[in-house]
Amino acid sequence: MNGPMVELRGVHKSFGALHVLRGVDLEVRKGEVLVLLGPSGSGKSTLLRTINHLEKVDRGSVRVDGRLLGYRQAGDRLHELPEREVLRQRTQIGFVFQAFNLFPHLTVRQNLTEAPLSAQRRPRAEVEPLAERLLTRVGLADKADAYPRTLSGGQQQRVAIARALALEPKLLLFDEPTSALDPELVGEVLDVIKDLARGGTTMIVVTHEIGFAREVADTVAFMDAGRVVEHGPPAQVLDDPLHERTRAFIGKVL
Amino acid sequence: MTLREVETPPPRQEEGRPPEVVTARHPLRWLGAAVVLVLLAMVVSALVTNPAWEWDVVRQYLFAPSVVRSVLLTLELTVLAIGLGFALGTVLALMRLSPNRLLSAVAWGYVWLFRSVPLILQLLFWYNLALLYPRLSVGVPFGPEFFDFGTMDLIGPLTAAVLGLALHQAAYAAEIVRGGLLSVDHGQREAAAALGLPPARRLFRIILPQAMRTIVPNAGNEIIGLVKGTSVVYIMALPELFYQVQVIYNRNGRVMALLLVAAVWYLVLTTALSIAQHYVERHYGRGRA
Repeated sequence: MNGPMVELRGVHKSFGALHVLRGVDLEVRKGEVLVLLGPSGSGKSTLLRTINHLEKVDRGSVRVDGRLLGYRQAGDRLHELPEREVLRQRTQIGFVFQAFNLFPHLTVRQNLTEAPLSAQRRPRAEVEPLAERLLTRVGLADKADAYPRTLSGGQQQRVAIARALALEPKLLLFDEPTSALDPELVGEVLDVIKDLARGGTTMIVVTHEIGFAREVADTVAFMDAGRVVEHGPPAQVLDDPLHERTRAFIGKVL
Repeated sequence: MTLREVETPPPRQEEGRPPEVVTARHPLRWLGAAVVLVLLAMVVSALVTNPAWEWDVVRQYLFAPSVVRSVLLTLELTVLAIGLGFALGTVLALMRLSPNRLLSAVAWGYVWLFRSVPLILQLLFWYNLALLYPRLSVGVPFGPEFFDFGTMDLIGPLTAAVLGLALHQAAYAAEIVRGGLLSVDHGQREAAAALGLPPARRLFRIILPQAMRTIVPNAGNEIIGLVKGTSVVYIMALPELFYQVQVIYNRNGRVMALLLVAAVWYLVLTTALSIAQHYVERHYGRGRA
């Protein structure tokens, strides 16, 4: 109960010759908002994707709420779980993509209800009202029957957040949720995420929005070259970083 | 120069209404249209005024029971060959995209073989299968057999025709479906996986409906091609449309009129399919402006 929500130990990942994650250790407590910063190519997105097994790790372990993700341990070996099990674990983790990835041939409502109905096998009578509540929460109650293409980027990303929430996950992962948006639409998406943060949802947010990190993050982690080089409260990491790399990055972004 | 003149606001607008726009004239376009109109009139006149077309004979045979039966057989062959062909083709496309090397290689080999051998040869091969294997049986390879059939009883001309057309069609369908699956944005697969959707649901609810936008136009080509392509089974003496009109004109000598009967029916069938394709495309295009 008091264990961390996310626990990464010595996570390594390579794509061919490219060693993207070089031994990452990271902990996120329940209810904590972690903002993951770092230059592009530092491995932030890959790290986030290992947390719901979209990327398989080469070495090390990922635990979510105390359970190993994607594997079963026998002695000192990790055996990959059958796909059905991996899918069940994923329904406890919401993922929001940079490019939204809404299903364009389904209405907003169908985008929200698809996974609760077919992956969690919950009754429609329970899922439909949930979808209505979530759309109201992200301010799009009137768009339930619209197709995603007819919405602005900011609206699409808010639908994508509602779709992730429809699984009622323990953990939400955001992969640069505002990077594909026009500048004037960034605020509406960040407002939704802030609202969730205040509601006590555990989340990991990869972003370049330093202002957002300062305002919302409980902790900030800074990644460089496949490692977490700095991890602490925003005031310390953002204003008084220990490492030269962190200082240089924040100086550039601000 | 003219562009700038249009963009600058009229100098003294308050003095009257804004100037009217007069669209440019295109005399060459008009000339082209006139030439085409004359040519069309010549074609129509040649069709109507020449009695050798024997339009009354065309009318007489268009709905003759033997012709209507042959149209139905053409339709039956098309429907069976397309249905079986695309079902097998979809399986082949999924095999081809599988990470398993054997599945992928077998699918590639199938497409290679069945696209490489002319259809007419494949049809004759199935028709004459009994020469190779007089009896067919179901059982364990190199082991015991459970069922045993005479090949001639099992594969008559109709079965041979459907088998030949469908297996040939499957090779093309496999490539069309594979192209469609590859056209769907990778993010869609990722989003479906991240939401924990089961594999079959991912395929049939998320990926295939989007792939259909690419598949339908190509499949439409194939289906219309096959309606006409069924005419090659005349070599097996199956009374489909083309074979049937040949039988009739060999009897009565009205060659052009009966070829025209066949042409009219092929036109009717393919037109109906083109209209159906329009609506199917509209269905799968929903959500895209």
